[in-house]
Amino acid sequence: MAVLIGKQTRAIVQGITGNQGSFHSRLMLDYGTRIVAGVTPGKGGTTSVGVPVFDTVASALEKTDANASIIFVPAPFAKEAGMEAIDAGLSPVVIITEMIPARDAMILIEYARNHGATIIGPNTPGIITAGESKLGIMPGDVFKPGKVGLASRSGTLTYEIAASLSHDGIGQSSCLGIGGDPFTGLNFIDVLKLFRDDSGTDTVVLIGEIGGSAEEDAANYIRDTKYPKRVAAYIAGRAAPPGKRMGHAGAIITGTEGTADAKMKSLREAGVMVADIPSELPRLLLQQVSPLQ
Amino acid sequence: MKLFEYEAKSIAQNLGINTPRGAVASTSDEARDIHKRIGGEAVIKAQVLVAGRGKAGGIKFAGKPDETWARANEILAMTIKGEKVKKVLVEQKATAKRELFASIVLDRANRCQTVLASDQGGIDIEDVARQTPERVLHHRLDPIFGMRSYDARLIALKLGYQGAQQGTFSDFLSNLYRLSVIYDAELVESNPVIETQDGRFVAADLRVIVDDNSLFRHPEFQERSKEISGEVTVLESKARENGLAFVELDGDIGIIGNGAGLVMATLDLVKQYGGKPANFCDVGGGANAEHVATALQIIQGAEKVRAVFVNILAGITRCDEVAKGIVDVKKVMGLKKPLVIRMVGTNQEEGRKILQSAGLTAMDKMDEAARLAVSKVPA
Repeated sequence: MAVLIGKQTRAIVQGITGNQGSFHSRLMLDYGTRIVAGVTPGKGGTTSVGVPVFDTVASALEKTDANASIIFVPAPFAKEAGMEAIDAGLSPVVIITEMIPARDAMILIEYARNHGATIIGPNTPGIITAGESKLGIMPGDVFKPGKVGLASRSGTLTYEIAASLSHDGIGQSSCLGIGGDPFTGLNFIDVLKLFRDDSGTDTVVLIGEIGGSAEEDAANYIRDTKYPKRVAAYIAGRAAPPGKRMGHAGAIITGTEGTADAKMKSLREAGVMVADIPSELPRLLLQQVSPLQ
Repeated sequence: MKLFEYEAKSIAQNLGINTPRGAVASTSDEARDIHKRIGGEAVIKAQVLVAGRGKAGGIKFAGKPDETWARANEILAMTIKGEKVKKVLVEQKATAKRELFASIVLDRANRCQTVLASDQGGIDIEDVARQTPERVLHHRLDPIFGMRSYDARLIALKLGYQGAQQGTFSDFLSNLYRLSVIYDAELVESNPVIETQDGRFVAADLRVIVDDNSLFRHPEFQERSKEISGEVTVLESKARENGLAFVELDGDIGIIGNGAGLVMATLDLVKQYGGKPANFCDVGGGANAEHVATALQIIQGAEKVRAVFVNILAGITRCDEVAKGIVDVKKVMGLKKPLVIRMVGTNQEEGRKILQSAGLTAMDKMDEAARLAVSKVPA
């Protein structure tokens, strides 16, 4: 069991003929992901990495039974690419593209909500269900099957933490990046709900960072709903100064809002195990025996 | 990208938003001429992007053009929070019947645009929100349809406007909203909005921040966005010109890593072990040798840097490329500061061989590497 993707996932890749799109399609196929079609306007009828390419998502759906999409198209075209996937009934729609205008992301996310589709990203490394399917750009080998559900606002730091969990024998159910932008399709609360309802997940790890209030909102949700599974967290950016964007568009402390210390405090008060440094996470999880074991 | 007040007001005027009569000046002579032209009492405002210019003395008043010359002369010699004042805005001082606050922000938590409005204008709105939260009105806009006429009317009504004034204020708000859409603004904020004796609404101050990711839709700002503003240090602009995500900090340990989250975590670790990071530098996913070399050159070249810590977890990035970049710098210009490398992931063995051939080694664990980097700072 896992969330959002698994063996049943049959994906199309929008932007499959680009550098990133073809490179990562190859790696996703190698991992075992079922990619049934690619879409690049004007390249219909060709193939890329052995996958048939169509001009539109609708025409790809006439010939295949895809149920999910991953998007690599350039930022100016990402909003409409996402809408095209939603109109075709695909979900989840994983948007790898970074630097999408915030207004475009805001409109696309509302469009998805109105149509009952799930958007992961934008500016995300994607999602992986260990050993089954990967819709993303993460290195597959650092993830091992298990019962920890992991959600993060960053890419490389996720690989770092997943690798250290795997190294210590703590496997994962699904790991996903919610995205480093101010507007994301999923926030930590959405992900907590998904993991709560997944019988294959007994523990949730949240990897947050400075900026916004996603972590505080998650803390309130965990406390208010008496969240039934154990939760651990790490927050990056304690050394970050206010007013500066730390690489991610969303990673900025504005005024006194969005500091790492405030987020860690809220999470601790909600009963979450909070690690001071990334390598402390496996230790915290090993200390406390999982309620399902 | 933050716009200067005079830039924001210029685009506002084109959209039918009232602003005080005035113009921008680069010299005190120009400032005096503007005052002569507009008459009345004038306000002279420093054009800077940093906040807090009022407290720093960057806003002054003058009754006569000669006084304006003197005040402009003072302001144009100022540096406010590290930003040199290059221009002043000279405007007619408006007399207010009422001062309001109005802004339209991208609201992350609610994934929409939200209007914030208050009848407590002219003062720090965060103070108002803290002390009298009931005086700040929040109105969420539909993410797809935006501000409809009844949204604007409802806000006007809640601020106490009826009849014709309700329509006039609604129009003012609608125009601010149009500005936010046309210019892809993260923030449009007027504080204060002045209601004049004759019932007009005037944006006495105006802040606009354009979403950097939308600049491809705004060729008119592209040159402007490359200009170095007061918010960017010399080191930052040099690094950013070379495609690095870079923020200068006040410590002495140079940091290079891949991925924003990992680099933030690296800074935290260095701090945890008692060190002080000199910068945030993300070479990005899939960085090649050249990228890494550029980052290392820039960072080790900074005088304040006394040790360098490279932390790479290679996924899309390849260790052999990273190693090549480091070794190239060593060959061409030499390693000028103590260097600690932590490097694991894709093509790890190839990368480490390249490092070894140049007499360098890489560590496995980032904790240990961070601790070592801190200890390498000369006492």
